Amino acid sequence: MIRYIIRRLLGALLVVFVISLATFAIYFLPQLVTGADPTYAYVGRHASPAQVEAVRHSFGLDQNFFVQYFNYIKAIFFGRDFSDGVSTEHCSFPCLGYSFQYQQSVSSLIADRFPVTLSLAIGASILWLVGGVLVGILSALKRGTWIDRTAMIIALAGVSLPVYFTGLLLLFIFTYGPTWLRLFPNAGQGYVSFSEDPTGWFSALVLPWVSLAFLFAALYARLTRASMLETMGEDYIRTARAKGLPGRIVIRKHALRAALTPIVTIFGLDLAGLLGGAVLTEFTFSLQGLGKLSIDAINKQDLPVIMGVVLIGAVFLVLANIVVDVLYAVIDPRVRYT
Amino acid sequence: MSAVYTSAVGTPASPRDTFLDVRDLRVHFPTEDGLVRAVDGISFKLTKGRTLGIVGESGCGKSVTSQAILGLHKGTRAKISGEVWLDGTDLVAADAEDVRLLRGNKMSMIFQDPLSALHPFFSIGAQIVEAYRIHNDASKKVAWTRAVEMLDRVGIPNPADRARDYPHQFSGGMRQRAMIAMALVNDPQLLIADEPTTALDVTVQAQIIELMSDLQKEFGSAIIIITHDLGVVAEIADDVMVMYAGRGIEYSGADDVFYRPEHPYTWGLLNSVTRLDRVREDRLRPIPGSPPSLLNVPSGCAFNPRCQYRGQGGIPCTTERPELVTTASGHTVACHLSAEDRRATFLGDIKPSL
Repeated sequence: MIRYIIRRLLGALLVVFVISLATFAIYFLPQLVTGADPTYAYVGRHASPAQVEAVRHSFGLDQNFFVQYFNYIKAIFFGRDFSDGVSTEHCSFPCLGYSFQYQQSVSSLIADRFPVTLSLAIGASILWLVGGVLVGILSALKRGTWIDRTAMIIALAGVSLPVYFTGLLLLFIFTYGPTWLRLFPNAGQGYVSFSEDPTGWFSALVLPWVSLAFLFAALYARLTRASMLETMGEDYIRTARAKGLPGRIVIRKHALRAALTPIVTIFGLDLAGLLGGAVLTEFTFSLQGLGKLSIDAINKQDLPVIMGVVLIGAVFLVLANIVVDVLYAVIDPRVRYT
Repeated sequence: MSAVYTSAVGTPASPRDTFLDVRDLRVHFPTEDGLVRAVDGISFKLTKGRTLGIVGESGCGKSVTSQAILGLHKGTRAKISGEVWLDGTDLVAADAEDVRLLRGNKMSMIFQDPLSALHPFFSIGAQIVEAYRIHNDASKKVAWTRAVEMLDRVGIPNPADRARDYPHQFSGGMRQRAMIAMALVNDPQLLIADEPTTALDVTVQAQIIELMSDLQKEFGSAIIIITHDLGVVAEIADDVMVMYAGRGIEYSGADDVFYRPEHPYTWGLLNSVTRLDRVREDRLRPIPGSPPSLLNVPSGCAFNPRCQYRGQGGIPCTTERPELVTTASGHTVACHLSAEDRRATFLGDIKPSL
């Protein structure tokens, strides 16, 4: 098992390496095709060719792809100095590049934004996991009744309605609605740090959590219901009942454990995906998270930031994959990795 | 053959006399397409220490019958009527909770495919421990000792270590032994084996059958063995019930059913068995057609569309349903052919080709 984990981690390193190479290539290619030049992001449009050339040289942008890539990777581990010949900006470990738009290193930008995305993802994931799985189980056990039908209709609405619709609707009701309904007056007005104001943090995030969780909960409810129904039809459930186990123990001990195994897989991947940024939710509620950061970076062609966010998102996904696989082996004794 | 068995069907004697007395059991499932009459009036009796074989094609209601006895249809949409008397209690009328307490305790069941019937996430030992502790107020340690003892009894080598293994680490035959150990852990007086050997190799089949009859001798329990394998029935059963379309159509001692069968369907079944110990024409003679849908059972005798004796001598095969009738020879058969005709046909046409 330990050997398996080590091997997977090495593999993950390789995947991250390939992704970094690919994102770097994407960073590099537009320059070749369109002639767009990252140097201008620093010097502005009206610089003289000599100035441009000097800056390009001092940032190492005149070197070939591999040298630049090597410098980029080296900076992640050892940090790097960015100098325009006049002033020097030190970008320390782990340096993912320097954004001239923000006058800030990419890692510090990401570190600033990450708590927002993390708060959003963790809160929403708890909500949807608990809500979705409970509704799914209830639906499966009450299959064909009005409870099941109602739950599945709501779930269908959940998967069909985009976050920017439910989000705005919630804002309309609970923030800008009738006075007695304004339960979360500071929602939609940005993130409040948990360490500074825990209640403000909570009330700013409840609506984003609910609107994001609604979408996922609907998906999870349907998945749990299907998985639960399949498991309840398994022979070993019949065996458990034939032993004389009471129905609730059959469900809790025998059915749930098997039915929830696939949920673990997608939960790990969904959570990891969100940690890379929940673009629509962040936009709807004006949260300055990683999603917002990456969209802004794309709009401003802030290439180092795009690369940094993509790389971080990739690392989360790769790690989540390993965690899920290891968890699988813990849950299901048939899965043994060597 | 004791009198209890030959006069099994429809006798007015008190149902409390026999250990297991099933009377006119019906299990119907309402579906969107209509009412599925999975079991449509079946009756039999069984005393301790004896074995009843229930045979028939797939979908004739064998498994549903056994699960209805165990009360596994309680709480579902299935409509159950009739009586199932087990040691003086009517399981059909009894409260679901009372039947649950009997299940796995006084009566237990072995299933067809032990790989899917055992929970993949729990060790063999843990699953036997669970079965024991439902019905016995025992510590985990005591229950574990008991589980290891049972595994040893059913012939698992190295039981103390193997109890910690998971089902997928066992071979097919071992899994079925473990399943039997689990079913017998509470010393049940009634054991229902639903196709216990179907998923196993032929050599392993023989071992499992031998194990079951050994255990029966040891514990004196009553066994119902459900199978479509006539070889298995011949090996182990004292009495045989042949089922067709949810009903019993021939019910007698095993020797009678095998050597003096009287129902055309039973003849067909025997004719479709491969046997190495006989010289015969090069092909098997299968029963033509396929079993009827239980949604839409043919009127009259359910077997009539596949029966080559249909309407012979003007008998009302397509209009009247033949009831199970016990003949002078002690044979219980549901067929419109007269007992003399049946015997004559069997001796003349069927026996020479068997």
